[in-house]
Amino acid sequence: MQDNINMNLTKRQLLWKDVKKNKHNYVLMAPYMILFFTFTIIPVFMSLGISFTYFNLLETPRFIGLDNYTKLLLDDDIFIIALKNTLILAVVTGPVSYLLAFVFAWLINELKPRLRAFMTLIFYAPSISGNAFLIWLLIFSGDVHGYANAIMVRLGIIDNPVLWLNDPKYMLMVIIIVQLWLSLGVSFLAFIAGLQSVDRTLYEAGAIDGIRNRWQELWHITLPSMKPQLLFGAVMQITTSLAIAEVSMQLVGFPSVQYAGHTIVTHLIDFGSIRFDLGYASAIATLLFLIMMTANLLVRSILRRVGD
Amino acid sequence: MMTQIIEQIKNRRYRRRKRINRSKAGDIALFTILILFGFFSAFPLIMTVSNAFKPLDELFLFPPRLLPRNLTVENFRDLSELMSNSWIPFTRYFFNTILITTLGTAGHVLIASMAAYPLAKYKFPGRTILFTLVVYSLMFAPQVTATPNYIIITRLGLIDSHAAIILPAIASSLGLYLMKQFMEQIPDELIESAKIDGASEYRIFFQIVMPLVKPAWLTLIILLFQRLWVTDGGSFIFSEELKPVSYALRQIAAGTIERAGTIAAVSFIMMVVPVTFFILSQSKIVETFSHSGMK
Repeated sequence: MQDNINMNLTKRQLLWKDVKKNKHNYVLMAPYMILFFTFTIIPVFMSLGISFTYFNLLETPRFIGLDNYTKLLLDDDIFIIALKNTLILAVVTGPVSYLLAFVFAWLINELKPRLRAFMTLIFYAPSISGNAFLIWLLIFSGDVHGYANAIMVRLGIIDNPVLWLNDPKYMLMVIIIVQLWLSLGVSFLAFIAGLQSVDRTLYEAGAIDGIRNRWQELWHITLPSMKPQLLFGAVMQITTSLAIAEVSMQLVGFPSVQYAGHTIVTHLIDFGSIRFDLGYASAIATLLFLIMMTANLLVRSILRRVGD
Repeated sequence: MMTQIIEQIKNRRYRRRKRINRSKAGDIALFTILILFGFFSAFPLIMTVSNAFKPLDELFLFPPRLLPRNLTVENFRDLSELMSNSWIPFTRYFFNTILITTLGTAGHVLIASMAAYPLAKYKFPGRTILFTLVVYSLMFAPQVTATPNYIIITRLGLIDSHAAIILPAIASSLGLYLMKQFMEQIPDELIESAKIDGASEYRIFFQIVMPLVKPAWLTLIILLFQRLWVTDGGSFIFSEELKPVSYALRQIAAGTIERAGTIAAVSFIMMVVPVTFFILSQSKIVETFSHSGMK
């Protein structure tokens, strides 16, 4: 008994000594960590808490249990549309943009340095160009002056201009195209950097060991050496593809015709920033949080296993 | 003679090493793909730039002209006319954006590096859990925390101030993550020898570590810059005189197709700054990302 207490004390004392010895480390981290906890970590838990209440910012929150969730999942048809759209957008743009980012990085990697830098710029520029994506309003404009309509009428594919941005049939497709155009961002750069740091001698050794073409080389040498970058890229693409909202709001409108471009995030903005039903908005945010974490952890555990 | 032959063999080997496992047909097929998609990627940007300098009657020509025939600054003149009609002087909006972007990126580079250094180079209680939280926070988008952030910012009395935009942004977790990964490759011996020379921990950080991670600074700057540069203040800033330029430009561009020229002028202004920055710092930025890998 006595021994136990002594051991506990020494353990705690040891910890305290360790903390004191590292004082400068805590001091250096303090500014970032205070802000990080205030604006990222605590809000996740606040969101969960508020989601069980009715809260409009003026009155004190009133506890209503799971009401927000039952309403969201059982009574809110628009949320179901938003959920469906979000999943379609994510399932298409997530994997496709991930693949494109890798394939382009891989192709660019074979170019001479100057050309490589130029092509990197071409593919990366859309993602840092602010609201330049508004040019797509002109490309997909519904009259004959829209570039897409003009080309297709001229080629005889369609007789009359298509209302790309107002016809629910085409809205998701337009959002997907524009989102893919914007999607070669951080993960693309990570892949380019990753490819450049693959050990060159591995390729020579591979050639001696019987690797006969670029596909075998890609599969047996390049991909396994780039696993860390591939994991990082996956996280970036998954998170982005589940949070699509800005492109939808700017191109097909907010709210869009028949909610055909509505996503979980636009639904969240609707209740959080316009209707000020913060309890309901928090329930949406919490569900979105769970969807994002599940998708990320799932894909991560699959990718980690590849090649093991 | 002998040396010549050796030279030839060397050359051949060199050439062959560069071209291991590459068939001509494959090269042609793959680079056709690259050119096609490269065009798909570049076309909208080229159109944005050229539309900004096209007169209205050329904007709706078909086939669209890649380059304007009659170069004009008409669109920019229209824009400045629209701007001078607003009751807040337009320079005020620009000032707000520059203030938010400068303070935000500078603050981010500073505090994210300060936090990254201990995480990269020391073992201390709490290190693993803190870094795990940072990695997990990469897995959800900032929109998730928008509602509670609004409440927190209101309670802190920061609503309707530039701090409401700056403070959450400078604690961005992607920047800390990349900086920490980059700092890991600084040799421990360098830090140890500075310690032996009697430098304090803070001095080591500011005088030895910070200058070594300049490439990563540029990466953190571009990532946060592109985010703050286009911010419109959202629901966090409602006083007209505090609004950033992106808000004002959006109001102007809010028309439909008739404003296509003005929208192009606006988009041109907004894209030219981050893209130029990227062009100038590209090699350093790519260098940073070679350490971005995750386990």
